[in-house]
Amino acid sequence: MEPQVGMDQEIEKSTVPATGVSEKPGETAALNPKMKAKKVSVYYGEKQALFDVDLNIYEKSVTALIGPSGCGKSTFIRALNRMNDVIEGCRVTGKILLDDMDVYDPKVDPVQLRAHVGMVFQKPNPFPKSIFDNIAYGPKIHGMGSNKTDLEEIVETSLKRAGLFDEVKDRLKEPGTGLSGGQQQRLCIARAIAVSPDVILMDEPCSALDPIATARIEELIDELKQNYTIVIVTHSMQQAARVSQKTAFFHLGYLVEEGDTDMIFTSPNDERTESYITGRIG
Amino acid sequence: MISIVFSVLLILVVLGYFFGRQRALSSSGGTIGSLHSRPPYHGMYVASWVGIPSILLVLVWLTLQGPIIDMILVKSLSATKLQGLSQSQIDIIISQIKSLAAGNVFGEPDAEAREAAENYLRWQSIAQWAMFAAAVAIALAGMALTSGRISQLFRARHGVENVLNLVMIACSMIAILTTLGIILSLLIEAMRFFDRVSITEFFFGLNWEPQIPIREGQVTAGGAFGAIPVFTGTLLIAALALLVAVPTGLLSAIYLTEYANPRFRSIIKPILEILAGIPTVVYGFFAVLTVAPAMRDFGAYLGMDIAPNSAIAAGAVMGIMIIPFISSFSDDAINAVPNSMREGSYGLGATKGETITKVLLPAALPGIMGGILLATSRAIGETMIVVMAAGLIANLTANPFEAVTTVTVQIVTLLIGDTAFDNPKTLAAFALGLVLFVVTLCLNVLALRIVQKYREKYE
Ligand SMILES: Nc1ncnc2c1ncn2[C@@H]1O[C@H](COP(=O)(O)OP(=O)(O)OP(=O)(O)O)[C@@H](O)[C@H]1O
Ligand SMILES: [Mg+2]
Repeated sequence: MEPQVGMDQEIEKSTVPATGVSEKPGETAALNPKMKAKKVSVYYGEKQALFDVDLNIYEKSVTALIGPSGCGKSTFIRALNRMNDVIEGCRVTGKILLDDMDVYDPKVDPVQLRAHVGMVFQKPNPFPKSIFDNIAYGPKIHGMGSNKTDLEEIVETSLKRAGLFDEVKDRLKEPGTGLSGGQQQRLCIARAIAVSPDVILMDEPCSALDPIATARIEELIDELKQNYTIVIVTHSMQQAARVSQKTAFFHLGYLVEEGDTDMIFTSPNDERTESYITGRIG
Repeated sequence: MISIVFSVLLILVVLGYFFGRQRALSSSGGTIGSLHSRPPYHGMYVASWVGIPSILLVLVWLTLQGPIIDMILVKSLSATKLQGLSQSQIDIIISQIKSLAAGNVFGEPDAEAREAAENYLRWQSIAQWAMFAAAVAIALAGMALTSGRISQLFRARHGVENVLNLVMIACSMIAILTTLGIILSLLIEAMRFFDRVSITEFFFGLNWEPQIPIREGQVTAGGAFGAIPVFTGTLLIAALALLVAVPTGLLSAIYLTEYANPRFRSIIKPILEILAGIPTVVYGFFAVLTVAPAMRDFGAYLGMDIAPNSAIAAGAVMGIMIIPFISSFSDDAINAVPNSMREGSYGLGATKGETITKVLLPAALPGIMGGILLATSRAIGETMIVVMAAGLIANLTANPFEAVTTVTVQIVTLLIGDTAFDNPKTLAAFALGLVLFVVTLCLNVLALRIVQKYREKYE
């Protein structure tokens, strides 16, 4: 499942300078950038919500986006899979590359793109269908799993990867809305996994859950990063510190600082970052 | 006399209000803050106890007075005069006496009738004065009892609250009791019909030819009361209406909620709602004068013979009439599906169309079904369009180009004109009405239950 590739991909590689982001040699050497945001600005009508954001998302790792409410975290994460397209009056400038393919290239089909860059939302939002159908929904519309056994296999592996299989294997025919909040969120993760995306975006996936369900999801994120690139928005510093390898701090629409999570949390360069982490702004 | 009674009671109510307020003020000893309830509450409390029981008494009195005086009147007539007379003949004598009392003299009334008329007048005036006295007495008693309770600590606020509660309960009871009354009268008349025509004939007979006796007493051949052709005609027209309305209404709702830009939506939605406000008689004109001839011409052009009052013309126009029901219910149902469902679906790489057909419509289906059921019940009960555009002859056919008749059309034709209320022809209307009532009631209850169940899911 290769993403639709723009013709200008090669040119892209050569003309665009490596990146404006400071890379720490040694620490990131093992990681390749999966997505790159270059000078991304987002406008809602006249109002600009994001200003020239440059950020790399590294493959098979977890990137946490933190920052005070209204600073543009959701706006940025939604720009990554063009979910902003469905919002009236929303405009994105700059470049977002997925494996060197410009996501906002007119040739790219946003619907196709979202199969590669999946999304999990703040509030669990299972469809009012059975657990099975919830997961089979994506594969069906993308023509994966042409026969029933294939589909059953996809559903089973997705549920297993989302750590939900044992809890629901006897009631796949029951509605997904009947599960607990934490289970519903894992169902939504399984649903996203089922279309075998490369990147999974999670916008505050635990904010509607209790601590135990949250811990469960955090464990899951840790496992998933072996196979997927994950971007997570969170308001919990502890969560960002626990699950992520990279952290980006947003403030008032600007990307203030980004880098290895350890570094951001122990010795931030910017004083705004430090104030936020220590709880002085927010 | 009655207007005098009401004016006196009204004056007492106003007096009661001021009296109660005054009592409260004086018992407060100058500091209003020491009262549990503010003085106007005390006033209202007294006023309501002055007004409500006395007015109720007057209403009850007025309804009972007539029948009771009639009864006394009948008792007072000599046994010889009433001997061997049937109930309806007695009724005639009573009304003769009453018109005599009112001053309309027809023919030569005998002495007994004159005396009875005088008695009647006297009893009536006694009854009215008694009523007046009783009402005023009750009003004054109410004033005395309640104002005696007024004190600093008296909780007039709660008292007024309770009175309001009772008034509201009474109002809702009126609606319920009226409905019960309608059902009861339908049931009773229908039972009388089924005394004359067997239930099996009515529900399973294939022949509907209610005989029309030209004058009273003329006994025509029994007539046929098999209602199946009437029911099938109704269903045929309702089905045609749904065939027009469901796709149009549903698709326009989908367009308006999911595709139309807000400005277009704000123009189109009110127009659709205007469609719901057009009087059905206007739709009837439209069906008879425009749609039916057009269909006939079109049929002639194709070499088909379409009846002038074909089922399809009536059904199509009725379909247009119920579009707003279906579209506004579907619109609400689709709008009520939370946005997170749409985002979830888009986030998995679904297109707009896939999201609508696979997520939104299934989620909104109960609401849409509710709308369709309500529209069906409207279509079945709709009268004016079919009276004007559908046929009168009960035809057992499924061909939409022929004329059929409906339950509502038959009820209207059975009851139109001078008819005696105890022959099967007239009573058949009540039987049909009962069937119609039961069917639409079931549809409505079902629809409301479905819609309610659906609402619970997202809240
Ligand atoms: N649909 C929209 N239309 C107009 N303005 C919007 C829209 N969505 C977000 N904004 C604005 O964009 C800015 C960034 O919002 P965003 O939702 O990205 O913040 P956030 O960092 O996700 O905040 P939170 O932590 O509260 O979720 C805010 O000022 C917000 O008011
Ligand atoms: Mg947000």
